[in-house]
Amino acid sequence: MIPFKGLLTSGLLCLMSAPVFAAVQVFELSNGLKLYVKEDHRAPVVVSQVWYRAGSMDEFNGTTGVAHVLEHMMFKGTHDVPTGQFSKLIAAAGGRENAFTARDYTAYFQQLQKDRLELAFRLEADRMHNLNLSADDFAKEIKVVMEERRLRTDDKPEARVYEQLMASAFDASPYRRPVIGWMNDLEQMNVNDARDWYRRWYAPNNATLVVVGDVRADEVKTLAERYFGPIAAQPLPTRKPQQEPAQAGIRRVSIKAPAKLPYLVMAYHVPVLRDVQTDWEPYALQVLAAVLDGGDAARLTRNLVRAQRVANEAGAGYDAVARGPGLFLLDGTPAEGKTAANLETALRAQLVLLQREGVSADELQRVKAQVVAADVFQRDSGFFQAMQIGEYATVGLPVAELDARVQKLQAVTAEQVRDVARKYLVDDQLTVATLDPQPLDKQAPRTAVPGMRHAEPEGMR
Amino acid sequence: MRYWMLLLTLFVSGGANAALPIQHWVLANGAKVYFVESHDLPMLDVSVDFPAGTAAEPASQGGVANLTRSLLGLGAGGLDENQIARALGDVGAVLGGRFDADRAGVTLRTLSSPAERGVALALLARMLQQPTFPDAVLAREKSRVIAALKQAELQPENLAVRAFQQAVYGSHPYGRRDSGEVASVARLTSTDLRAFYRNHYAAQGAVIALIGDISRADAERIAQQLTAALPAGSQAAEKTIPPVPALVQAVTRIIPFPAKQSQVLIGQPGVTRADPDYFALYVGNYVLGGGGFDSRLINEIRQKRGLAYSAYSYFAPMQSGGVFQMGLQTRVDQTQQAVQVVRDTLTTFVENGVSEAELSQAKNNLIGGFPLRIDSNKKILEYLAVIGFYDLPLNYLETFQARVEAVTAAQIQAAFKRHVHPDRLVTVIVGGGQ
Repeated sequence: MIPFKGLLTSGLLCLMSAPVFAAVQVFELSNGLKLYVKEDHRAPVVVSQVWYRAGSMDEFNGTTGVAHVLEHMMFKGTHDVPTGQFSKLIAAAGGRENAFTARDYTAYFQQLQKDRLELAFRLEADRMHNLNLSADDFAKEIKVVMEERRLRTDDKPEARVYEQLMASAFDASPYRRPVIGWMNDLEQMNVNDARDWYRRWYAPNNATLVVVGDVRADEVKTLAERYFGPIAAQPLPTRKPQQEPAQAGIRRVSIKAPAKLPYLVMAYHVPVLRDVQTDWEPYALQVLAAVLDGGDAARLTRNLVRAQRVANEAGAGYDAVARGPGLFLLDGTPAEGKTAANLETALRAQLVLLQREGVSADELQRVKAQVVAADVFQRDSGFFQAMQIGEYATVGLPVAELDARVQKLQAVTAEQVRDVARKYLVDDQLTVATLDPQPLDKQAPRTAVPGMRHAEPEGMR
Repeated sequence: MRYWMLLLTLFVSGGANAALPIQHWVLANGAKVYFVESHDLPMLDVSVDFPAGTAAEPASQGGVANLTRSLLGLGAGGLDENQIARALGDVGAVLGGRFDADRAGVTLRTLSSPAERGVALALLARMLQQPTFPDAVLAREKSRVIAALKQAELQPENLAVRAFQQAVYGSHPYGRRDSGEVASVARLTSTDLRAFYRNHYAAQGAVIALIGDISRADAERIAQQLTAALPAGSQAAEKTIPPVPALVQAVTRIIPFPAKQSQVLIGQPGVTRADPDYFALYVGNYVLGGGGFDSRLINEIRQKRGLAYSAYSYFAPMQSGGVFQMGLQTRVDQTQQAVQVVRDTLTTFVENGVSEAELSQAKNNLIGGFPLRIDSNKKILEYLAVIGFYDLPLNYLETFQARVEAVTAAQIQAAFKRHVHPDRLVTVIVGGGQ
């Protein structure tokens, strides 16, 4: 899962999304599975990813987290490939594999030597329709998922702030729920919830296969037809839009947790890409994020960290590619002697400055130079290229238009950046979440891990 | 994510490609150069490393190495930090860094077109050779470092790492925290940074790695440009890092913390890169806790008992020793059980070694997965830098697969018996006390 998607990435990283994708070839099997292949012959390797258009936004209250739980269960075996064998077979082939769940999707990947793609296809096709979901496996795995929630969220104050931010910024949108699920929902979940989820969403007509690497597209297509072709399409449930009603007034939430420093996140409702031909605001928002946080020359580091010394860290982020509604995020940690309120004031002042005076030609030029360079740099990673294709396809954007993004970003004007700042970065659209740091209780017992006292003699070496 | 990729890729120079031609030469000033010419993409990656990590610090100046490295890009050759950042941004170049107990370095990624590359490299040359260490910048960066150090005091994962490092290394220089301590950082002055820079950023000892769309002649010019005006260095300051002493007995540290999970770290001093047992330990560790779902720790802790999301082991080889570390996080009331399972798993492993089936699975993965280790310029740059810094043979990558293949079950068992002592483990537990 990617709980911080868009939050901690800088504006520049958000812009790093525009390679020359002219070489992407697209096929659709008769069962509705879409296949995207990008040949990249720089190294004798291949990455294969299967994307399901089923993420936490497709869940219902009471079973939050089931998309991610099913992701774990997908490694538990089929009739032909018993529990644990999936990972064993990929490892024996020298492969790396994993999976990730997000609000918009669940995806599985393997990275292999180029001539071992067939193994990945055979195993992925098998578990697309033959998964065994046993109560025994589920009982063990749900404990692992609860540990994962404790690890990633419960014991991480900044993650809890983000969880509360999302729960507060959205009323109706399913984006308000955490990808990993609420703990009580995990505690109450059973294997039938996972079965329901699998039956509902795991079908070739709800999946996208992305392959990038040292392969030939026609051969990949033949392989895909052989392994995925025989899987029957199935009717998919209706997806309700669950549109977020307009926010009308600032929202605030705070979290207490053991920590030394406060932490602040501000989120504004903004649009995302829907029509890549006509939409311009999402591109202007990407440039805006980069003006604020595209490297050390950008405004947040230059002004808040360096000049004013009001922040130890400050960042901005915006993800234009999403099935649900968008957020423009600002976050930061106040400097010594400064409060979260001081930092919020300083961040807002930066926005006012943008809204009043816009951006300079110099800044805009720098952002565009970074866009062009990042477009080259990202081609160093086949995995990253596959991620971009998979996200675009799963969200429903035309993958063929990925290469138009650099030109679209290049076309953004200073006025457009100022205009989106004026239109969207306003108080009525704002949610502020803060970490209220708490000291440790000095009365805590010295040794309270059950049974661990005197487990070993204390010793020095 | 289903699990963290806690494999050894970060710690071991591995991966080989017989077709990866590394060009290597040494400049008259002593700097070593490692270059791979690659014209697939119009870009260039460069790194320059120095033996200027925490282990090189004067004992009373904890944090000076880290701050010296950070300030290189924050004022140099008549440019202030904002001028440097703007100039890099204008050509789309990205500056980065490396820092640990052994090494301090700077990385640069730039377009290879002469105009952009020229600007970016000229800036890098200034940072390395004319850093100014401005007082105002130092004051600010000190306060940021101190804030992070204070923050770490209430982060259970950082408390665990710190306690583990102290217990494993004691007063050895590897026991120092990367960013120093609050008191030592507070004392540092720009004079300290300048002295550290003059003593440790010499061409003799510098390792330059380059990969990208340039010619050999370009690479030679760049290597000169980046090192011609480096300081002379100081023989006196160049102390050899002493070997890490073995533990004489088990050490257990329990630190209460109000969190849902306990942080558990278990381990002891490890081995250097040069140790003849290194490959046997590396392959063996795949079976113990390095090989994800192929590993015994994941099977015992996660698959059989659902005690944790991740459980791992690794050897981190350093210049003069290193660490062997196992770790997991688990719900507080399961801590004792999890610690016992880890210890039992290790004891059984050291006692009985690996099966032929486990060994063959490990080799298949490490050998078959080897093209993935060098499938990008970024990864190759890291290998060039490690090969250079640790004086590994130029054919290190080429021979990696053969060295893995040559490891036997008997060698693994003997190597673990020599180096890993289950009766003398450091155990750190942060958690409980709510």
